[in-house]
Amino acid sequence: MTGKTAATGSSAGLRRRGSWVGTGWVDSVRGLAFLGLALAGVGLRVALILELGLAVFAYPLLLVPPTLLAVRRLAGRTRRLSGEWCGVPIPVPYRAYARPVSGGVWRRFGRASGQLATDPATWRDLLWMTVDPVTSGVLGVFPAGALAWGVFGVLMPAYWSPIVRAGGNNWYAFIHVNSTANAWLCVPLGIAFIALGLWLAPLMLRLYGRLAHSMLAPTRQAALERQVTRLSESRAEAVDTGAAEIRRIERDLHDGAQARLVAMGMTLSAAEQVIDDNPDAARALVVEARDASARALTELRDLVRGIHPPVLADRGIAEAVRALAMDSPLRIRVTSELAGRPPAPVESAAYFAVNELVANVAKHAGAHQVWIDLRYERGMLRIDVGDDGRGGADPAQGTGLRGIERRLSAFDGILALSSPPGGPTLATMELPCELSSPRTSSF
Amino acid sequence: MRVVIAEDQFLLRDGLIRMLGALGFEVPAAVDSGAGLLTAIDEHRPDAAIVDVRLPPTFTDEGLRAALEARRRVPGLPVLVLSQYVEPIYARELLADGSGGVGYLLKDRVFDGAQFAEALRRVAAGGTAMDPEVISRLLARNAGDGEVSGLSPREREVLELMAGGRSNAAIAQRMVITERAVAKHTSSIFTKLGLQPSDDDNRRVLAVLAYLGR
Repeated sequence: MTGKTAATGSSAGLRRRGSWVGTGWVDSVRGLAFLGLALAGVGLRVALILELGLAVFAYPLLLVPPTLLAVRRLAGRTRRLSGEWCGVPIPVPYRAYARPVSGGVWRRFGRASGQLATDPATWRDLLWMTVDPVTSGVLGVFPAGALAWGVFGVLMPAYWSPIVRAGGNNWYAFIHVNSTANAWLCVPLGIAFIALGLWLAPLMLRLYGRLAHSMLAPTRQAALERQVTRLSESRAEAVDTGAAEIRRIERDLHDGAQARLVAMGMTLSAAEQVIDDNPDAARALVVEARDASARALTELRDLVRGIHPPVLADRGIAEAVRALAMDSPLRIRVTSELAGRPPAPVESAAYFAVNELVANVAKHAGAHQVWIDLRYERGMLRIDVGDDGRGGADPAQGTGLRGIERRLSAFDGILALSSPPGGPTLATMELPCELSSPRTSSF
Repeated sequence: MRVVIAEDQFLLRDGLIRMLGALGFEVPAAVDSGAGLLTAIDEHRPDAAIVDVRLPPTFTDEGLRAALEARRRVPGLPVLVLSQYVEPIYARELLADGSGGVGYLLKDRVFDGAQFAEALRRVAAGGTAMDPEVISRLLARNAGDGEVSGLSPREREVLELMAGGRSNAAIAQRMVITERAVAKHTSSIFTKLGLQPSDDDNRRVLAVLAYLGR
């Protein structure tokens, strides 16, 4: 029964049967629990009807939004349990709800009920709660009832005579219970009922999950609406990030290379003026101009490195990360299993994300060892960055981690962070993309 | 001395030819692609090659690959690689065969003709010429640990100059110490990095390699 028995043939069979029997009992109780939720839903609906019915007194109306939110919580519990018990996970369909905090009582009421009433999911919840008592009544009570009835039958030999003597019902299904012999006949029939109940319970529970899914899951339209919202958010972020980058580049060029070139031109024209009268001064000015040009080149180089690192352009993400590891004061081990190169924008986003993560490790983690692993699986570029530092990194606090998430979200990429206090920290990025075949060189 | 040039930007190629001519080098061929470089080396058997990292058709690291291939075909062929930027990872690839005769410089270094010619001669003689920027980036990295962490600050300074390709005499002049002191530092560096006493030039390259890291 416990599953801890050694795995010999017979005990494995026993365990399987045992787990089947156990599941049946548990599932029948779960069916009843859903019935309990349905009855709570009935209570909420009655409350709602009373609140609306007493609308003439105005104030009961104020209870409508909290009641509707309670409906959401209840439906949310059904969704969660459907995933855990029935194996049918149900996504949450609601639009974003902002609890109104400012304004008078009636203003807040107006905004809250406005949001709730315009969300189709609210109405679908209410509809579900109308039919739920029936569905969960049938699907929950049936297996549980069969089990209870079966148990009653099995116990019949012990209890038949007091029941009959008290003038109670003396029929068990088609058996007329008026003697001990007949009472014993009820035992096999009771076992059959128990078996029926155990067999039905998981099936009914699964059916219930499907029915709940049909009404509590987001409609196709709601799912699309959510996706559109998410896409327009990530697009806006991508555009903002892009614009900020361009402003930074413009400022860097203006203050750096451009200013140096202007100074160089002035130095050279000064040299031109004095070249006949004072060749030594002219020579000094020319040397100065040459130094300025070297500095301008250095600044341009740093700028280019910030926009698109040369090794990334030449060799792709894996080599660029290796170059990054070489430049870093940390001990970084890089492993990579990439059969080709992701598209350039994805590579760039991934590179700067790794760069930021490594910088974070250097700044905060106090790590001795860092390892980076790049691979491609299930249509995703997957990069792990792990360190043995002190952990405790929190995306909610650092703007850097938020920035990485923003950068990745433009490509539908995600960042998952596991950083318990005391370490180790593991950051995992996933970016959906396709790999192009590696560039073949003539050498 | 005969030098072959592979550089796709016309202005720079032209400038290099004129400058090298003025400094007493002979330029039998100047090409604009990696494939052209290999043909020119086969044809002219030059004493050294100057190669730009970015060449057509890919405009990525075509020149670097061509340079490495040329050294595979003609072992020990002195190669001076020029680039708009320098990457330690490329420097390590160039030095990987440990046979020396390698330079890796920013294009800016061409500005100073005399110094550039000195670097070219050093490479042609089997030495190394690493750009100061490669070295400063590695120094920043090696602040904490790494194979060279056992060196004293003085020895690190010597190694840094050695990586730049300077001879003991030049290092002595730069650090304002005697040449004998430099020799003492270098042998101490070789010992600490575990390099066997053999051909001195070769050990210098290996020391630089250790410096370039893991």
